[in-house]
Amino acid sequence: MSILVDDRTSLVVQGITGNEGSFHTLRNRDYGTAVVAGVTPGKAGQDVDGIPVFDTVARAVAETGANTSMIFVPPRFAADAILEAVDAGVALVVCITEGIPVRDMATVHSSLKGSSTRLVGPNCPGVISPGVANVGIIPGEICTPGSVGLVSRSGTLVYQIVHELTQRGIGQSTCVGMGGDPVHGVGFVEALELFQADPATEVIVLTGEIGGDDEERAAVSIEEHVTKPVVGYIAGFEAPPGKRMGHAGAIVTGSSGTAAAKAEALEAVGVAVGRNPTQVAELVEERLR
Amino acid sequence: MDLYEHMGKDLFRAHGIPTPRGIVAGSAAEAAAAAEELGGGAVVKVQVQVGGRGKGGGVAICDTPPDAAAAAERMLGSDFKGFPVTRVLVEERLPIAREFYTSLLLDRSAGDHLAMMTAEGGVEIEELARTRPDALRRVRIDPLVGLRTYHVRELAGTLPPDARDGAGEVVRAMHELLVDRDATLVEINPLVQLEDGRVVALDAKVTIDDNALWRHPDLEALRSEFPIDEVEARAKERGLQYVKLDGDVGIIGNGAGLVMATLDVVAQAGAKAANFLDVGGGASADQMATALEVVLSDPAVTVVLVNIFGGITRCDLVARGVLEALDRIEARVPIVVRLDGTNAEEGRRILQGAAHPRIVPAANMIAAAEEAADLARTAA
Repeated sequence: MSILVDDRTSLVVQGITGNEGSFHTLRNRDYGTAVVAGVTPGKAGQDVDGIPVFDTVARAVAETGANTSMIFVPPRFAADAILEAVDAGVALVVCITEGIPVRDMATVHSSLKGSSTRLVGPNCPGVISPGVANVGIIPGEICTPGSVGLVSRSGTLVYQIVHELTQRGIGQSTCVGMGGDPVHGVGFVEALELFQADPATEVIVLTGEIGGDDEERAAVSIEEHVTKPVVGYIAGFEAPPGKRMGHAGAIVTGSSGTAAAKAEALEAVGVAVGRNPTQVAELVEERLR
Repeated sequence: MDLYEHMGKDLFRAHGIPTPRGIVAGSAAEAAAAAEELGGGAVVKVQVQVGGRGKGGGVAICDTPPDAAAAAERMLGSDFKGFPVTRVLVEERLPIAREFYTSLLLDRSAGDHLAMMTAEGGVEIEELARTRPDALRRVRIDPLVGLRTYHVRELAGTLPPDARDGAGEVVRAMHELLVDRDATLVEINPLVQLEDGRVVALDAKVTIDDNALWRHPDLEALRSEFPIDEVEARAKERGLQYVKLDGDVGIIGNGAGLVMATLDVVAQAGAKAANFLDVGGGASADQMATALEVVLSDPAVTVVLVNIFGGITRCDLVARGVLEALDRIEARVPIVVRLDGTNAEEGRRILQGAAHPRIVPAANMIAAAEEAADLARTAA
């Protein structure tokens, strides 16, 4: 078992004919993901290494039964691409695109309310359930199947921590790169819920960083809903303090957003917070024993 | 992109928000002339991309043009909170009856817009929000629905009756500005009511979403008006994120998260990072070479730590980039290199084969940090 992507995943790739789109599509298929369709406006009827291309997501879904979309389209068209996938009724949208205007994402966020579609990203490396399915750009080679669920704001820290786990022979159920944009889809709270409910996940790793209050909200959620052991990591203890313009941001979150404040919030609810990726893997190992 | 106050006020005026008359000055003489033009007395305000100017001595109330010149002289001659000061804003003095506070921003937690207003301006707003939350009215605005009359009524309802209409108009204009110009923050602190009843924005803090600047060429053009460190500018040109810090271990990594983690482990090893440098995803040989050049251009650097985890980035290309850079520039310091991930073994082989005297290979991230810290101590 796993969360978000598994052997029932049937993938349509928006932006499949672009450089990155086609490269990662084929890598995902090589990993074992069922890639059934692609979408590039104006290129219907073509194919990418045998994968049929359609003009719209709705047509791709109607013809192939795709239930998951991965998005590689350029930032100025990406919000539209997400809305199109939601409209076509896919269950999961994974948006890799970086640099989407936040106002566009606010519109997407609002229109997702009440929808049954889940969004991961944008500006994220995607989701992998090792040995089963890979939707995104996380290198499959560094992962190994197992019982650790990982969710991270940073992409390269997914790689670093997965690598440390795999080197110790510790496998993963699913790794979720939630992305670093201010307005995003699945966050810590939702990923924690899913991992808590997933029978294959025994230990959860939460990788955060400075800024925002995702980690503080995750801490509240852990205290209320999570019984599985959680190991945390926060990057940015030594990062230069961000300059502040006004008061509004701090009033809203009530948090300083520093790494120390985040680590403290997590430790206060019983999360073991590693001070570096190696320590995180050691803490996970202890909890699996 | 955080705008200077005077730029924010230009946007305010374009959207119909009343502001004091003001003139930007780049010298003491210009400030004196501006004060003269505004009637003699004036307020001189430092223009920087950071808050806390009132308390930090960045605002001077002046009675005469020579006073304004002296204030400008003082401000232009020094940094403000580490930010170079290239200009001041000289504004007319207005008879203020009351001070309020209002802001409108994108709330990243909720993914919607949040408007706030209080009649108790001029105090510690964050303190007020904590201790007496009822005194600060908050209204959430669904981006799909937009700002509605009832939102404005709720917000302005916390102000004295004769200020509500004026403040309501300001809120409407702030929202229009936020949406039309892709702002993520519009804050007015203080919003004032004058003795004649008019409501005026005495300050302007506006932040524009960098990802949306392509929609606003006029705002994009403002970028060049902000002073930027020469090295940072060069790095940015090549698509590298570089921030200068005050230690002596030069850092190069891929992905902001991994670079931050690298700064942390270097600190844990007892050393201090000289910079933050993210080469981004898919770093090419050329980008690596540029990154090394940028980091080595800082004279404080006594050792460089290259920490790469290859996802999209291929470690063989990184290794070639390091060698290519060492062909182009003289490496005056040791370079500790840690490679893992995609094609890491090939990358390590390439470095080993080159046997460059300055390159120190490291087995993992912690070992690399400790090695770099040792070398920094030796050099000190």
